[in-house]
Amino acid sequence: MSAVIKVENLSKQYRLGQIGTGTIGHDLNRWWARLKGVEDPYLKIGETNDRSKKGESDYVWALTDINFEVQKGEVMGIIGRNGAGKSTLLKILSKTTAPTKGNIKIKGKIASLLEVGTGFHPDLSGRENIFLNGAILGMTKREIQSKFDQIVDFSGVERYIDTPVKRYSSGMYVRLAFAVAAHLESEILILDEVLAVGDMEFQKKCLNKMKDVSLNDGRTVLFVSHNLTAINQLCDNSLLLANGKVVEINKTSVVINKYYQQNSSIQQINEVKFEGLLNNYLQFNEFTINDTNPFSNELMVHPTEKIECKLIINANNNTPPIRICLALFKENVRLFSISDYDSYETSIGTFSCSFTIHNNTLRSGIYQIGIGVRTVDDIWTWNESICSFQVSDIYANNFQQLDYGIFNANKFSSAKRQ
Amino acid sequence: MEKLVTNEINENWTEVIGAKNGLLHFGLKDVWQYRDLLILFVKRDFIATYKQTILGPLWHFIQPVLTTIIFLILFNKIANISTDGILAIPFYMSGITIWNYFLACLNGTSSTFVSNASIFGKVYFPRLVIPLSVIISNLIKFAIQFLLLFSVLIYYWITLGKNYFSWSWLLIPLILFMVAALSLGLGLLISSLTTKYRDLTVLIGFGLQLLMYATPIAYPLSYLMAKTKYAYLINYNPLTSIVEGFRFAVFGNINFQYNSLLYSCIIIVITLFLGIIVFNKTEKNFMDTV
Repeated sequence: MSAVIKVENLSKQYRLGQIGTGTIGHDLNRWWARLKGVEDPYLKIGETNDRSKKGESDYVWALTDINFEVQKGEVMGIIGRNGAGKSTLLKILSKTTAPTKGNIKIKGKIASLLEVGTGFHPDLSGRENIFLNGAILGMTKREIQSKFDQIVDFSGVERYIDTPVKRYSSGMYVRLAFAVAAHLESEILILDEVLAVGDMEFQKKCLNKMKDVSLNDGRTVLFVSHNLTAINQLCDNSLLLANGKVVEINKTSVVINKYYQQNSSIQQINEVKFEGLLNNYLQFNEFTINDTNPFSNELMVHPTEKIECKLIINANNNTPPIRICLALFKENVRLFSISDYDSYETSIGTFSCSFTIHNNTLRSGIYQIGIGVRTVDDIWTWNESICSFQVSDIYANNFQQLDYGIFNANKFSSAKRQ
Repeated sequence: MEKLVTNEINENWTEVIGAKNGLLHFGLKDVWQYRDLLILFVKRDFIATYKQTILGPLWHFIQPVLTTIIFLILFNKIANISTDGILAIPFYMSGITIWNYFLACLNGTSSTFVSNASIFGKVYFPRLVIPLSVIISNLIKFAIQFLLLFSVLIYYWITLGKNYFSWSWLLIPLILFMVAALSLGLGLLISSLTTKYRDLTVLIGFGLQLLMYATPIAYPLSYLMAKTKYAYLINYNPLTSIVEGFRFAVFGNINFQYNSLLYSCIIIVITLFLGIIVFNKTEKNFMDTV
């Protein structure tokens, strides 16, 4: 294994606001500083990039001191909230803008795909655009020619190949554009959220193609997306950015978990905002999973462990009979709900309620917990994502229990040959 | 420090993306690698311009014909300015043809950054490819207009028996190359300077109009020289000797000094050199300011 991308002390500064007569003064200062041979005075100032807060300075650091390496053949995901610096990093990697400080060292040919169909001309036919787009992305005419049939085949728009692309449906347009990009012959491929296009079938095709590219051709891929499912499927390792800094570089599952945690500053269940009218009657005091506070810790559960969630509630004297339920979500799909009672029971004062998921039920992955309470008159309180936990993937090397699916099916089903 | 340097060499990185390039980094090697793209851009411009038109490239005939007629009326008939012993129509047409090439190249190259920002922001290729493709695309336009001039000359040869064809035509490619280089150099400078502050674009608009009158397009240099004592100023315009040179190449019989081209050549080399340096410097960060 050798590093093909090495990022060293990378920083990027941006100026906020309008460019106008105000900036010319700064430019002159900077120029004067360079003449005198001193450091740019505006590099010393600048604040971390938090888009929601009003800042003092006109300059912000979109990236500060980024350091990481990517190995050959590795598929690395980059995640982070809007404005964390993902796109800036990709822009610098794809050389559309230069860093303010630091550098990136690269081994091999690099191709970036920050947008599908860059340079497509609406008046040119599909065929002409394949050549143009391919050349813009760095392919030679000969390379494109040799892959032309594959590209057309992959795109599935053969019938329209001699029609101007302005007559294409938006889906066809994107299919063609992605097909070109997928056949790039570069050692390093940089992708920015381009999979969020096309229909389901095509998205799947793209994901498979990306996997194929890294597994079989040994190419290195950097992939930025908000689609955590895709990141999880594709990337071995991931990098989490926040406010222009690297928060975590680790195995993808760990990084995604960290990302979920990072998205909330909540330390206890009583800080979680619940919806519904029942809120006026009761209060959630404490929530633990296997006796650990899932809000302040990154919770990792072994698949052979049972998962015991304990909820402590304080209900005032007027609380009607209630039923408490815990729901489990994975990637926004509700897997199941467990209720403490089949009917409605009255509880007043402080009481606790526990939910258990038996051992060997869940396979590895990240799960979100939702909690709700409801009365017989349909008054309720609910939050479908109060916290998350992760089930570790110890089965990965054990073929017989390879982690397909969400549940361990032998818990509730069986198969027999007759 | 010593150790660090050897370490870098051992790891043999193919590329290092840093804050700045070397000052004399021209990137011509990169352009050569992307020569297929250059050709495709030229093809794209050509196809895209004439898609869904009926007359297609014929449109390029109409503009020089109309301009020639106006010049003929204005300068020849009304102002009575001589045409250096050359027939009036070919005289004006030659000036307009070479001027049009300069104008089209400069207009095209000087908006490189601003009008291609959307592509430049998404993918890297040597930025020089775009202005070079403009120069080449316009060469096609020039060829069409030159064909018109050529047909006019043939017409006069047949009807009036005036034969302008001579060995001096071999000079035409050199003149063309000089126009291309000058407009490229100027265009690169302007496009780089306008990424941040757009003021210059306003100036260029009417500046080019004025420049046409300061270049012997509608009148011969000899006429101006005879008329006023400030006429020597026009020799500082590098386009003067180029246009005169073009007329000499086409018509042969005017009084032309070869060494006046030398001055233009020096200016061109300096402009082009500066242009490429500034352009390459700008391309690194222009996305942040454009």
